[in-house]
Amino acid sequence: MSSVATHPDHGAHAAAKPRGFLRRWVLTTSHKDIGTLYLLFSLAMFFIGGAMAMVIRAELFQPGMDFVDPYFFNQMTTVHGLVMVFGAVMPAFVGLANWMVPLQIGAPDMALPRMNNWSFWLLPAAFSMMLVTFFLPGGAPAAGWTMYPPLVLQTGMAFPFLIFAVHIAGISSIMGAINIIATILNLRAPGMGLLKMPLFVWTWLVTAFLLIAVIPVLAGAITMLLTDQYFGTSFFSAAGGGDPVLYQHIFWFFGHPEVYILILPAFGIVSTILPAFARKPLFGYTSMVYAVASIAFLSFIVWGHHMFTVGMPTAGTLFFMFATMLIAVPTGVKVFNWLATLWRGALTFETPMLFALAFVVLFTIGGLSGIMLAIAPVDFQYHDTYFVVAHFHYVLVSGSIFAIMAAVYFWLPKWTGVMYSERLGKLHFWTSVVAMNLVFFPQHFLGLAGMPRRIADYPVEFMEWNMVSSVGAFAYGAAQLIFVWTVIQCMRGRGKPAPAKPWEGAEGLEWTVPSPAPHHTFHEPPKVV
Amino acid sequence: MEGFRALNMPRGATAMSEAVYDLHMFVLTICVVIGIVVFGALAYSIAFHRKSRGVTPARFSHSTAVEVVWTIVPFLILVVMAVPAVRTLLAVEDTSGAEMTVKVTGYQWFWEYEYLDGEAEGIAFYSVLDEASDRARRLGSETDPREVEHYLRDVDQPLVLPTDTRIRFLLTANDVIHSWWVPEFGWKKDTIPGFINEAWTEIGEPGVYRGACAELCGRDHAFMPVVVVAKPPDEFRRWVAARHDTADGETSVAGR
Repeated sequence: MSSVATHPDHGAHAAAKPRGFLRRWVLTTSHKDIGTLYLLFSLAMFFIGGAMAMVIRAELFQPGMDFVDPYFFNQMTTVHGLVMVFGAVMPAFVGLANWMVPLQIGAPDMALPRMNNWSFWLLPAAFSMMLVTFFLPGGAPAAGWTMYPPLVLQTGMAFPFLIFAVHIAGISSIMGAINIIATILNLRAPGMGLLKMPLFVWTWLVTAFLLIAVIPVLAGAITMLLTDQYFGTSFFSAAGGGDPVLYQHIFWFFGHPEVYILILPAFGIVSTILPAFARKPLFGYTSMVYAVASIAFLSFIVWGHHMFTVGMPTAGTLFFMFATMLIAVPTGVKVFNWLATLWRGALTFETPMLFALAFVVLFTIGGLSGIMLAIAPVDFQYHDTYFVVAHFHYVLVSGSIFAIMAAVYFWLPKWTGVMYSERLGKLHFWTSVVAMNLVFFPQHFLGLAGMPRRIADYPVEFMEWNMVSSVGAFAYGAAQLIFVWTVIQCMRGRGKPAPAKPWEGAEGLEWTVPSPAPHHTFHEPPKVV
Repeated sequence: MEGFRALNMPRGATAMSEAVYDLHMFVLTICVVIGIVVFGALAYSIAFHRKSRGVTPARFSHSTAVEVVWTIVPFLILVVMAVPAVRTLLAVEDTSGAEMTVKVTGYQWFWEYEYLDGEAEGIAFYSVLDEASDRARRLGSETDPREVEHYLRDVDQPLVLPTDTRIRFLLTANDVIHSWWVPEFGWKKDTIPGFINEAWTEIGEPGVYRGACAELCGRDHAFMPVVVVAKPPDEFRRWVAARHDTADGETSVAGR
């Protein structure tokens, strides 16, 4: 394999991989192996959640109930959301952080390696618990991933499973976040001041603080659901002096920072990849950092925009509308900085760059529809329609997931030591980007024309665009098999050997270690000048 | 193929819905223009700043002046959007001066309408998905929904309202949260068990206006349409009188 060892003594450590499945993978404390576990887990969840999306789109292909009962349809939308948010996107980012944060800051491992192991292995437990509910009497949760009472309290035997699964996934996230903060604040190589850190590290630092701030809030909300259900409290029941809308306030106090948890690391990835393939430094590094911090701050004071139709006082509606619109400013700064990074660069279009460029365009579309949704009096029309579904899939699929794909292609040579097939990578990109737009662009039209979200069946006039959307969804699902095949080929070592730095314009400490990265790196901290 | 024309928000049937539509088009236009500028610059870069054209990359990495400009300009654009938004919001939220009040209650999975005052006082009834749709929507049904007129768009008893009358709605629910929505009126409002929300409308044109429940409320969430029949005031009065004569309004509630 590759022998471009820039730090000769690292070769010796590479032999020290623990042997046997149990010791190598189950008991591992290596940030690289745990990173791999996170990423593989996330991929599995991406396909499980994706399979549910296929059921949804098959049922919505034409009017009438064709395949499933409406209640099962609701289980699909609910668990699709939960699996994709907590099982696919979040663990993928944590996996990328595990692999790349120590390599990017010149640390030998994460600060708390044993906790790292534990925070990963909680995830399979959490999601087994969530997915096993499909086999329980009454089926899986069906009240939407937002778990609004009183509807969620009608969940059958799946209810406590749902609550505990989310709790365990949340504990895993909090531990992951603590570990990332401890690593970034304590283990940076000498000379790497905070404002010298790569942007992926910066965005993850901010994300980790968001996680620590809001996951306990979610935990509180769902614990109150649990006590309402089993212990006679009535936090969310008007009959007992409570208020169902209180749950929504608490949930979205978690939920809005959560959507930035799902996108800030993507900002970091794109800010890493665009300069590499533009062969030009990132434009406005400092303003990028401040933009991320402002977005994180604002994310705590905008939760009400998810609830414009619950009947808030006008003053509250105005406040949440203004605060939400303000987010466009730092987000705009980021988009403009990316454009300026590309401006007068020398661009090449390898797969990571293609995904990153598509991110810039499609995330911006999602951002612009986000501004529209912020305007409360028109949100009274948009709210809870397919317009919202289109909006958040533009930021989550072509935003978060495209950034994750870009990151995987970008760092795969470092992880596996071989280059992925550029031909297959491009095929994956073009099929994904076309299919993604086929799925979600028409959903803007459907929402504006009056199709509510989360419905199992619809009036006949919505048929045509739903058919387009469904065809796009099947194509998108199929395209992801190309990705799996490409990754498997690399994991099996099939492909051209990768040099330590396979990308001409890439910068950062991760490219100073050989490819594949040896089991132990940066035993002695590198010097950052 | 007709359905491909379902592209945009309806202008609606009320002055409020037209204000909302205009605001929507205003904001949409601004967003499209921003999109064209941003994507145009990106396309230019992709077309001309590519390595295959033999360019040498520039090295610049910041410019305070430019960064200040693209912080302030978006802020000003937001202010331009916020002004009409606030005006419209205040109009939507002002439920005063109602000439008539209707109470809307959401149930799993149908609606109840009660006329609380005026000559229609005392009329109350449930409004349930029509039978033809209900048969066609079953899993394994032999009927093609496309054969059903107004599939999932019709109810047994629509809400009947007078035109040119400022009507206040009091909205609540009996079990879980629902959301009462007629796109042609320009708003939706959640109906929340134990709480009462307010909204209003003043319908300009007689006609049939169709909507749906917009908040996930369980198994048959997709099957509880909202249908409003708007009649000119004198016709509405005749409808009220006929309704009182049959006394059907009052009994149908008890009958459920």
